[in-house]
Amino acid sequence: MKVLMFGWEFPPHILGGLGTASYGLTKGLAQQSDMQITFCIPKPHGDEDQSFMKIIGMNSTPVVWKDVNWDYLKSRVGSYMDPQLYYDLRDHIYADFRYLGTNDLGCIEFSGRYPDNLQEEINNYSIVAGVIARQQDYDIIHAHDWLTYPAGIHAKQVSGKPLVIHVHATDFDRSRGNVNPTVYAIEKDGMDHADCIMCVSELTRQTVISKYFQDPHKVFTMHNAVSPLRQDIIDIIPNKNPNEKVVTFLGRITMQKGPEYFVEAASMVIQKTKNIRFVMAGSGDMMKKMIYLAAERGIADRFHFPGFMHGKEVYEVLKASDVYIMPSVSEPFGISPLEAMQCNVPSIISKQSGCAEILTKCIKVDYWDIHAIADAIYGICSYPSLYEYLRDEGKKEVDSITWEKVGLRIRYIYNKLLNR
Amino acid sequence: MKTICLFFEIHKYFHLKRYRFFDIDHDHYYYDDFANETHMNDVCEHSYRPTLDTLLEMIEKSNKSFKFCLSISGVGLEQMELYAPDIIQRIQNLVSTGCVELVAEPYAHSLSSIINEDTFRDEVRRQVKKLKEVFGQQPKVLRNTNMLYSDDIGSIAADMGFKCMLTEGAKHILGWKSPHYIYNCNVAPSLKLLLRDIKLSDDISLRFSNSEWENYPLFASTYMDWIAAYPPEEQIFNIFMNMDALGMSQPLSSNILEFFKALPACAKERGIIFSKPSEIIGRSKSVGPIEVQSPMSWSDEERDVSSWLGNNMQREAFNKLYSVAERVRLCSNFGIKQDFDYLQASNHLRLMTTKNCGVGINRGLYESPFDAFTNYMNVLGDFLKRVSSLYPEDIDNEELNPLLITIKNQGDEINELNDKLKIIEKKNDRLSNSLKKLQERTKEFQTEPETKMPEEKKKTTKKKTKK
Repeated sequence: MKVLMFGWEFPPHILGGLGTASYGLTKGLAQQSDMQITFCIPKPHGDEDQSFMKIIGMNSTPVVWKDVNWDYLKSRVGSYMDPQLYYDLRDHIYADFRYLGTNDLGCIEFSGRYPDNLQEEINNYSIVAGVIARQQDYDIIHAHDWLTYPAGIHAKQVSGKPLVIHVHATDFDRSRGNVNPTVYAIEKDGMDHADCIMCVSELTRQTVISKYFQDPHKVFTMHNAVSPLRQDIIDIIPNKNPNEKVVTFLGRITMQKGPEYFVEAASMVIQKTKNIRFVMAGSGDMMKKMIYLAAERGIADRFHFPGFMHGKEVYEVLKASDVYIMPSVSEPFGISPLEAMQCNVPSIISKQSGCAEILTKCIKVDYWDIHAIADAIYGICSYPSLYEYLRDEGKKEVDSITWEKVGLRIRYIYNKLLNR
Repeated sequence: MKTICLFFEIHKYFHLKRYRFFDIDHDHYYYDDFANETHMNDVCEHSYRPTLDTLLEMIEKSNKSFKFCLSISGVGLEQMELYAPDIIQRIQNLVSTGCVELVAEPYAHSLSSIINEDTFRDEVRRQVKKLKEVFGQQPKVLRNTNMLYSDDIGSIAADMGFKCMLTEGAKHILGWKSPHYIYNCNVAPSLKLLLRDIKLSDDISLRFSNSEWENYPLFASTYMDWIAAYPPEEQIFNIFMNMDALGMSQPLSSNILEFFKALPACAKERGIIFSKPSEIIGRSKSVGPIEVQSPMSWSDEERDVSSWLGNNMQREAFNKLYSVAERVRLCSNFGIKQDFDYLQASNHLRLMTTKNCGVGINRGLYESPFDAFTNYMNVLGDFLKRVSSLYPEDIDNEELNPLLITIKNQGDEINELNDKLKIIEKKNDRLSNSLKKLQERTKEFQTEPETKMPEEKKKTTKKKTKK
C-alpha cells in the first residue's frame, strides 16, 4: 500500500508536538512490510531520517519549468532528494505559475515555520502539492493538521483517491474558544472533503463532531503514542540533589497550557514545605506575566524559569525532576507527560488533556483545581510509596503505548476505506 | 441432619472528608458528616430496616426455628447511634427472641490482627464489652474483619477464650476438602472453624438479581434442593454475607426478601434446619485441622489480603498508622483513641487498591487510588503529629511504658495521700467544730460564776495538744 502524506514539521527540526507525532506515526506505520510512505514537508534540512520512508521537499518541487543541469541540481538538493525525482516532477507542472516568486530551480521558497504570511505559505504548499499529486503513485492521501488540508483536498481532486485527515489540534484548543474564522474555514473545508477524520483523542473527536458538524461515522479516535527513548538519552545521568524535590512544567508558556494554575499551586506547596523547588521551562507570551506572578506570591526564590529547552536539554531537565506537571486548559493530546513517564517521572495531568484518556498510572486533576494540584504535588513529594508506584507503574504503562499499535489501527481504517 | 448457618455482617465506616495537606495542623476533624449520614440513611432505608424486619418476621412465623448470627462492628454501631438508633432497637428485638447469636469482631473493623496483636486483643475486648452493654449478650464466637484468618490469628482467638471462628472457605486453602464440615485451628485445636461456602453464599449476595446468570431466577425451593442434594455426611452449610447485599447489591425489587421469607418453609420440607454457630460446635466434632499460613479473607478472587495491602501505597499507609498503635493504646486521650478507631477501618485501604478486579469499585469521593491515598495520608499526617505531641518522640515505647506507669503510680500515690489529707482535714474540722461548741458553751457559762472558767479552758487546751 502506498500512502502520500502531507505534513508541516518533521524531526529533528520541530517547533511543537506535531513533528514528533508525525514522525512516530509514520515510523509505526512503516513497520508493516508492504507500506510505502511518501512524506511531503515544506523544507527538508537533509538530516531527516529517511530510512523507512521517502521525503519530498516542497521547496524543491518545481512549479515553473527551468532548464537545470544535473550536477548543479545534485549540489543543491542532493542531500535529501534524488535529482531524477526533480525531473520527473518537472514533467507534471500543471499550470503557469510564473507570476509566483520562484527561485532558479523554479521552486517556491518555504520557511517551514509559522511565519506571519502563513496564509500564503499554506496556499503555496497546496499549489506545489498539485505537482506531486500528479506525479506520484499512491492509494491513499493522509494530511496532518490544518496547514496541509488544502494540499490534501487538491491531491484528492487530482487523483480521486480517498483523503484521510489527521486532526492534531483544532483552533478551539489553541485559542480557548476565540476561534480565528480563516483558520476555522480551512479546517472545516478539509474535514468536509475528507473521507475519514482521525483525531488524537476522544476530546478532539467530540470537538470535531460538535463544532465542525462532522458525521460521527467518519470521525475516529487515534491516540498518539511515544517512541522508545534513544540510547544516548537513556544514558543521561540526572544531576539530582537528594534533599530536594523538583517539580517541572515543560512547554510553551501560553494560555492553552494553564501556567498560572501551576504557579498558584506551587505557592501553596511552598508555604508548607521547605524542600521542593519548581521549574517552569519553556517560553511563550505569558512568560513575563508568570515571572511577575511568582514574584507577587513571594516564591521567586524557589520558582525558576530556565527558558526554552533544546533537544537533549529537555530530557536532562525531565530526568532531574521528581514530578512532571501539565495543567493544560485544553490539550488535544499532550505527548509530554508520556515522555516524562518514560524518564521515570510521575506525572500530574489535567483531565482536559487528551492523553488522560489513555493514561491511568498518573494523577489527573481539573486544571482549575489548584488545591488538588497542590495536594498531588505534596503527595508525590512526601509519600515515597506513591512516588515509587507512579514511577514504576507509569513507566510500564507508557512503554506499552507504542506507535506500532497505532500503525495497525490506522492500517485497519485504510483497508476499510479502500474496501480491502 | 443438614443445617444452615446464616451469618450477616453489619458495618459502616466513617468516610473521610476532602483533607488537603495545608489542613494539617489546623483541622483535626477528618470526617464527612454529610456523606456518613446519607450513606447510613440510604443503607438503612434500602437494606437494614426491611431486612431486619423480615428476619424478625421469619423468626416469629417459623416458631423460632429460624436462626442466624450477626456481627456488628463497633464503628458501625457508633454510626447507628448517631444516625439510625432505630436499627439498634430492631437488633435488640431480634436478640431478645433468642434466635440470634452475636459474633464478636475487632471494634474498628481493622486489619490489626496481622500487624499488632495487642491492638487486636484490645479491639475485640472492647467490642465484646460494647455488645454486652447494648444487647446484653456475651459473644462466644469470633469472626475477624473481612473473615481474615490464619493460624496465628486462630491461636490468639483461642487464647482469648473463643471456642469458634467464622472464616472463608478459600479454595486454595481447602483444596479437595469440603467446607461443609467443622475444622479446627492447626496450632490451637480447641478453636473450631466454620468455613464459608463460597458458591452458596455468592449465589445470593452476588448473583441473585443477575438476569444473565444461568440459574436466574433463583427460587428458595431450588436453593434448598441444591443443599439437600449434597451427600448426607456433608452437614454444615455456612452462608455468610454482608447484610447490605440484601437491598443494596441485590435490590429489593429483585424480591430477595421474598426469597428469604420462603427459606424456612422450604428447608423444613427437606429436613434442613437453621442453627447458630455455638449450637453447631456444641453438636459435632471437628474432622481435622486446617493449616493457614498466610491470612485468607473473603475478598476478591485471590481471597487474601491483597485487596487492602496489595500495593506499596496501601502498605505504607497501613504501616504508618500502626507505627503509633502502641502510643495510642498507652494514652488516655479520648479524641485520639476515637480517631484511631475510625482511621483503622480496612475500607480506607480498600479504596487505594490498584487491582484490576473486573468490577469497578465505588471510590466515593475519590477519583483514583492515588487520590484516596493522598487524602488518607494527609489525614494520617495530622493524626500522627497529634499522637507524637502527646509524649516526647525521643523516648521509645519501652521506656515510655514504665514512665507512664511511674507517673500513674505517683498519681495514685498523690491521690491516696490526698484522700488521707482529706480525712485528717475532716477530723480537724470536726475538732474545731467541737472546739467552737465548747467555746460557745463557755460563753454560756460566763454568765454563771467565774470560778469554773479556768478549769474548762485548761481541759480544751489539753485536748488540742494531745491530738
